[in-house]
Amino acid sequence: MTAVHDVTELAHRLASTGYLADTDLTTVGYLALTMQRPLLLEGDPGTGKTALAEALADAFELPLIRLQCYEGIDARQALYDWDFARQILHLRTLEAAGGVDDPQAVEDSLYDERFLLARPVVRALRESPAVLLVDEVDRADDEFEALLLEVLSTYRVSVPELGTISAPQPPIVVLTSNRTRDLHDALKRRCLYHWLEHPTLEREIAIVRARMPDVSEKLATRIVEVVQGLRSEVGLIRAPGVAETLDWARALHQLGHDDLDVDAAAATVGVVCKYREDGDQVRAFVEATVRG
Amino acid sequence: MAESLASDRRDEIDRLVGFVRALRSAGIRSATSTDFIEAVGLLDVGAREDVYRAGRATLCDDPAQLPVYDRVFARWFGETGVGERMNPMTVTVERPLGLGADDAASGDDGDAADAPALASARERLAHRDVAALDARERRELARAFAALPARPPQRRGHRTAPSHRGSIDLNRTAREQLRRGGEPGPLLRRERRPRPRRVVWLIDVSGSMKPYADSYLRLAHRSFQSAPRTTEVFTMGTRLTRITPALRLQDPDRALAAAGELVPDWSGGTRLGDMLRAFGDRWGRRGVARGAVVIIASDGWERGDAQLLGEQVAQLHRLAHRVVWANPHRGKAGYEPIQSGIAAALPSVDQLVAGHSLATLAEVLELAARA
Ligand SMILES: Nc1ncnc2c1ncn2[C@@H]1O[C@H](COP(=O)(O)OP(=O)(O)O)[C@@H](O)[C@H]1O
Ligand SMILES: [Mg+2]
Repeated sequence: MTAVHDVTELAHRLASTGYLADTDLTTVGYLALTMQRPLLLEGDPGTGKTALAEALADAFELPLIRLQCYEGIDARQALYDWDFARQILHLRTLEAAGGVDDPQAVEDSLYDERFLLARPVVRALRESPAVLLVDEVDRADDEFEALLLEVLSTYRVSVPELGTISAPQPPIVVLTSNRTRDLHDALKRRCLYHWLEHPTLEREIAIVRARMPDVSEKLATRIVEVVQGLRSEVGLIRAPGVAETLDWARALHQLGHDDLDVDAAAATVGVVCKYREDGDQVRAFVEATVRG
Repeated sequence: MAESLASDRRDEIDRLVGFVRALRSAGIRSATSTDFIEAVGLLDVGAREDVYRAGRATLCDDPAQLPVYDRVFARWFGETGVGERMNPMTVTVERPLGLGADDAASGDDGDAADAPALASARERLAHRDVAALDARERRELARAFAALPARPPQRRGHRTAPSHRGSIDLNRTAREQLRRGGEPGPLLRRERRPRPRRVVWLIDVSGSMKPYADSYLRLAHRSFQSAPRTTEVFTMGTRLTRITPALRLQDPDRALAAAGELVPDWSGGTRLGDMLRAFGDRWGRRGVARGAVVIIASDGWERGDAQLLGEQVAQLHRLAHRVVWANPHRGKAGYEPIQSGIAAALPSVDQLVAGHSLATLAEVLELAARA
């Protein structure tokens, strides 16, 4: 069901979910699906990395299982853990029933399948076909990458007390990184790689129109022009991504605008910048551009 | 007929393999043929863009490689069509090995591992201005650099290891408790392990720094080799270039030659403020500079706007753990930090240090480790 015949078909499927990918990205996506390899997406925040995993799940009607990475994440949060509270409860129940004579049998019953808490990776293996999104890997420690590499090379997780959990069919795996640091070569080698740029003017207008059909073409165009200018001409701490474009369009639309004038822009511009330090520069640029 | 098809196919594969080899020698070390050939086979071998895209997906794994990839691709498969894309890092122009060709040792004198010779060379060279050395002395200097001790600075990490002190390790405690049949026992603890702190080198390679750039790149190479996962190196000229991938090569001369391939603007002018802004936009604020030890190696001759430079260093200072400025003129008699650039930057610099001789440069490395 995840088979696609060619790049164009994948582009259509993604577009049907509202995700508009260019040919470079669609081609890598097609290769990743066909070669059954994880896809590593790097790029600035808001370039649609996370959204691609969501769109793939949507397009192929698969569950999306998300592993959000953070500093300090380890196997217990990513693979599986044991449910200590229930294990203790079980132990007490055994004691009450007087059945604790054979320590080995007790231990075996404690590390039973039903006390296993499946975390995203194990869930993805079990539920596959599924889409496993490993989001923002660059936030995790590099030791964690070694763990990921092992799973993504074998699509198996071994639980010493239980045996091996494997996927009959490997899940579609998307890893994203905002590139706050380099990832391990070995992990990158395992993946197909794509560096995502911000969309072009035309594509970004199309994205606004696809995500928010009610927004007028005129408004979408004006907003995207301003945002694209902010990205290329103003040195901001954090350049606005597509997410900010969409937020801005939503705000203006909800206030009943179908064009961008100075007052409307001034009232809503806060949506576009995520850092307070950027505020003045953004306001000045927006005002100058909108005035024309 | 079948035979000619087979030989066509062999030609095709030869060409693809040759392309991969060319990429590797241009410094894209991640490139291997197997995946590439499989990927091309899934697309249209005859279509130039498909070969291009199959290669980008399977052979590159870093945005800094894309300009190199484009250049080698154009050389291998012709200019038309793809190729004139915006690249995210820098515009790289064709250029022979920029530096290291004349001054850095290409041949060794056969006594590379001769420790006493190295020690005495180090002594002789320790306090000499590297700008004043002759070719032979430069070779000795290069070897002395390669032998400098380097280690990354440390910070307290988030990952933990079992320990007698530190916070309670619930998981291990629970496991031990289960092993005892549920009887509570001692609380087991874990402690944050020290982790290497990120180090960022920003090296001015403009004309005025020409006599020193090679030495700083060698320092940065040592630093990178001691902690490849947490070190980033950039050059600043008319453009900002990330040369970290080139420094992966262990041999310093080869690493510097590979870096030379990436840098489009040896010995041009500098606009330090613009460079630091480019660094901040592209890398710094996204985390590369956050909590890092940032070492700026520059003589502080700013051709651009000194006020911008001041602002940019201030911003860097807010993100970084420490900002160290190494200046080849700092150690010289009569030096005063009055060049407009360095004067503007000084308020946000934690330390302004010398860096013109082996001894002072070794100290820069030491300072990075202690920061
Ligand atoms: N090509 C695209 N087509 C449709 N929507 C997109 C596209 N790229 C980004 N978006 C939208 O922009 C927003 C930000 O994207 P996201 O995936 O969260 O960015 P990232 O993960 O790269 O930081 C989301 O709402 C997403 O739906
Ligand atoms: Mg995301």
